[in-house]
Amino acid sequence: MFGLTRKDSKLMLIVFGLVMLAPFILNPFPEGSAMAQFNAGYPDLMQRFVIFGIFAVGFNLLFGLTGYLSFGHAAFLGIGSYAAIWSMKLVTLNVIPGILVSIVVAGAFALVVGFVSLRRSGIYFSILTLAFAQMMFAMAYSVLTPITGGETGLQIKNTDTPLFGGPADGGIGRANLFGAEMGNSYELSLGNHLFTFNLGYYIAGVFLLIAFYVSIRIFRSPFGIMLRAVKSNQQRMNYTGLTPKRYTLSAFVISGMYAGLAGGLMVAMDTQVGPERMFWTASGEVVIMTILGGAGTLMGPVLGAGVIKYMENIISKINKDILHEWFAFMPDGFEDVIVALVYPFIGKGWHLTMGILFMMVVIFLPGGLVEGGQRIAKLFRRNKTSDTQDATSRTPAE
Amino acid sequence: MDQIIVQVLNGLDKGSAYALIALGLTIIFGTLGVVNFAHGALFMMGAFCAVITSKILSVSHQVVDPTRSDFLGNPMQVDTFYVQDWFGMAAGQTIMDWAVPIAILFAIPVMIFVGFAMERGLIKHFYKRPHADQILVTFGLALVIGEIIKYFFGANPIQTPAPPAFTGSLDFGMILGYEAQTIMYPYWRLVYFFFSAFIIAGVFAFLQFTTFGMVVRAGMADRETVGLLGIDIDKRFTFMFGLAAAVAGVAGVMYAPIVAPNYFMGMDFLVLSFVVVVVGGMGSLPGAVAAGFLLGVLESFASMPAVIDLLPGINQIIIYLVAIIILLTRPRGLMGRKGVMEE
Amino acid sequence: MALLSVKGVNKRFGGLQALGDVNLDVMENTCHAIIGPNGAGKSTLLNVLVGKLIPDSGSVIFDGQSVLGRKPHQINQMGISRVFQTPEIFADLNVMENMLIPCFAKRDGAFRMHAFESVRHEKSMIKKAEAMLDEVNMLDKRDMQASAMSRGDKRRLEMAMCLVQEPRLLLLDEPTAGMARADTENTIELLKLIRKDRGVTMAIIEHDMNVVFSLADRITVLAQGTPLVEDTPDKIKGHPKVREAYLGEAPVEGVN
Repeated sequence: MFGLTRKDSKLMLIVFGLVMLAPFILNPFPEGSAMAQFNAGYPDLMQRFVIFGIFAVGFNLLFGLTGYLSFGHAAFLGIGSYAAIWSMKLVTLNVIPGILVSIVVAGAFALVVGFVSLRRSGIYFSILTLAFAQMMFAMAYSVLTPITGGETGLQIKNTDTPLFGGPADGGIGRANLFGAEMGNSYELSLGNHLFTFNLGYYIAGVFLLIAFYVSIRIFRSPFGIMLRAVKSNQQRMNYTGLTPKRYTLSAFVISGMYAGLAGGLMVAMDTQVGPERMFWTASGEVVIMTILGGAGTLMGPVLGAGVIKYMENIISKINKDILHEWFAFMPDGFEDVIVALVYPFIGKGWHLTMGILFMMVVIFLPGGLVEGGQRIAKLFRRNKTSDTQDATSRTPAE
Repeated sequence: MDQIIVQVLNGLDKGSAYALIALGLTIIFGTLGVVNFAHGALFMMGAFCAVITSKILSVSHQVVDPTRSDFLGNPMQVDTFYVQDWFGMAAGQTIMDWAVPIAILFAIPVMIFVGFAMERGLIKHFYKRPHADQILVTFGLALVIGEIIKYFFGANPIQTPAPPAFTGSLDFGMILGYEAQTIMYPYWRLVYFFFSAFIIAGVFAFLQFTTFGMVVRAGMADRETVGLLGIDIDKRFTFMFGLAAAVAGVAGVMYAPIVAPNYFMGMDFLVLSFVVVVVGGMGSLPGAVAAGFLLGVLESFASMPAVIDLLPGINQIIIYLVAIIILLTRPRGLMGRKGVMEE
Repeated sequence: MALLSVKGVNKRFGGLQALGDVNLDVMENTCHAIIGPNGAGKSTLLNVLVGKLIPDSGSVIFDGQSVLGRKPHQINQMGISRVFQTPEIFADLNVMENMLIPCFAKRDGAFRMHAFESVRHEKSMIKKAEAMLDEVNMLDKRDMQASAMSRGDKRRLEMAMCLVQEPRLLLLDEPTAGMARADTENTIELLKLIRKDRGVTMAIIEHDMNVVFSLADRITVLAQGTPLVEDTPDKIKGHPKVREAYLGEAPVEGVN
């Protein structure tokens, strides 16, 4: 299918299914039930899942393949956002041009930053990207206020008059796709279940599918092999007549464009942007997502983005009362002990859980959750067919 | 001229903090070859040692004071501090006031222990792994330490005052013959600067003049050879990690009165300290110290109103800008050695 | 005709004269060995040839073109491949991918953004790589991860990666250093086979006299950065100056 092997097609189909059916999959619990707070199928969060999925998939093309650890990727996401919102303010509220502009502008910045940063490698590269990103953040925050709106950022206002298709009545314009607004949702009620199908989410979802498909193609291309060669042995590459720098720079620009796409989509969804999007903690977040899920694997970044965003939005909302409710069946003293033990790790303490999880993955599971899943799957397979040669074990993790 | 002196002075205390953290980072990198992203967290833990000490010293209990009565006519319950019980009113009060300096005594063993535990428990397993993995695992550790601190102390900064003897400002201008009140410099910042200078001198003297330090320096230059001489360099390096942690820790303790400790301060300082290390030259101790002070002072100069009018926002980006320029023109930093972190 | 011609090359590192007026011609279709005691400047010379070092003066002409000032990847594209002392391969990749990289480099040049083509569809490249693997008896290991192979196999793979580019000149930097005896013998056999089947010109730096005398057509002896003698293996064996400078006073087993 689309020039993919059977295995990759299967992967692509799984992601397609997940994206399309997300409103069902993420809302497994009936409305009003005790478990309803674990439902993640509301548009705002679903949009974040796919947008950060795109961001992480792009980051993985750089870090997962070439091994160059950028600590400033959020800058490109922010730049994409600023570019998209200006396109909406000035040209049209249609999201497509905005998104295209964000990809191009972020790619251009990535070219410059990458060209300079890639003159060094290792820790120096990480620090250089970090320095560039912090510089851009500081500039967006202060000096460039006329362009970036400074601390408050930019929103679409009723004074904005885009060239094409501005709101007729002087109201606040809304992001749309050829007239259909991003906020449009269709709600489906099945018994106690409520499912929301949001246009914005599906547009972002289509972009994720495209981004994921491109990522598979790059992984399987000669170019992808070259990027992995950069990580493996640059000396040999040089003496094989190749220029590792230019390959790495290409990967840097591509991943910058992915970040720009994610930034553009964010603006398409909520029509606002602030400089905090570029702060270095945001760059750290995409690093964590990618590695947690599995750097260098195809599914890993998407998975990692999902896990982190789920924790940030769902696990973080669990408070002590809810815990007491859950463990109410236990004897009183015991209940308190359990709640006291669990509480530091959830609710507001979700960062702690994330940090520990992240460390565990770095220490024990360099292939991330994907490798963990593969190991478990292998265990099961071995139990079933105890002595047959396991041919798949030799293929690298994908 | 007086403006320039003010800026230099302002830069010194921040520069001292950068220099101390960068010094520790460089010791760890130079001896163990590990890039420690958790070093800012050690600094932050030091600052919280000050907070803890001040809390412990002001633990109180209620005593019935027969000489006073509350509005119902019953004897009044009065909060009494244990230290005042033990050492008398005046001495107890002094001890509480001096919580921050006293915290150093508490912080040194604690931080050395933390350093040992970190090196033996975690970092040891990452010597042979790529630098990216070292960055990632210590970055994760920094997050975890920050969250633990947040769990116990909350997210808000905790004011930790300096001893009252140092709360005022020194009129520096008077000494130099300017009019009164032109150059004011808080005493505590002055203390911080001299304290840092003392610590830095101590570390250098230790490395320069003790046999232990000589072996460590030799190990930094060529680990294998020293290992071949039959010296257990690993143990010494573990000790150096503890030392680096203690340096970061006391830097944090003394900084607590300048910036109220919060769980995020480690990360803020870390990012800048890394820039400092890279500018100074990875693996160069004098480079780290020089770059720390240099960037601290530069940052302070960039914050002068005259400079900001000329180049708005320059104070926010100056350090990064300098770092980028230096890295591109002098790849090894100001005083970096050849062959460190190069392929 | 000389394929590679080194003329009057000098290189100083501070006060140390690493290379002093080196003249050397590597003739087409020969195996030219460069030997000499430690610190004689062999590695410096090699690094000059591949573009890693730039000499202070002199010229290096390969096939009528100067190599000086060119970067290693450009020199490789001219037709010079290098085998390292410790095998430099792509350890994280499998054997087939290791072989495909030089194939693509030969076809596409130093850089090409073939991000949307599939490796599976590069049939001719795969065929070429397989043929080469077959030639070095490694076809059965094509899906193995390179880091998991033995030292000898890594050396074999590295040579295959160099040869699949069909270089005009193959530079070998102590190809048997640190190898077990059996692996050394294997490597010699492999090199002989390559000489016979492919007729590729070789320049080899080597400590092991056994290797040198069983492969080389001509030998240059370097001492203190300067060529001492250049002659055929038979003449070198008995040369008094060589024995004095390189082999020391005592005669060495492999030579006699």
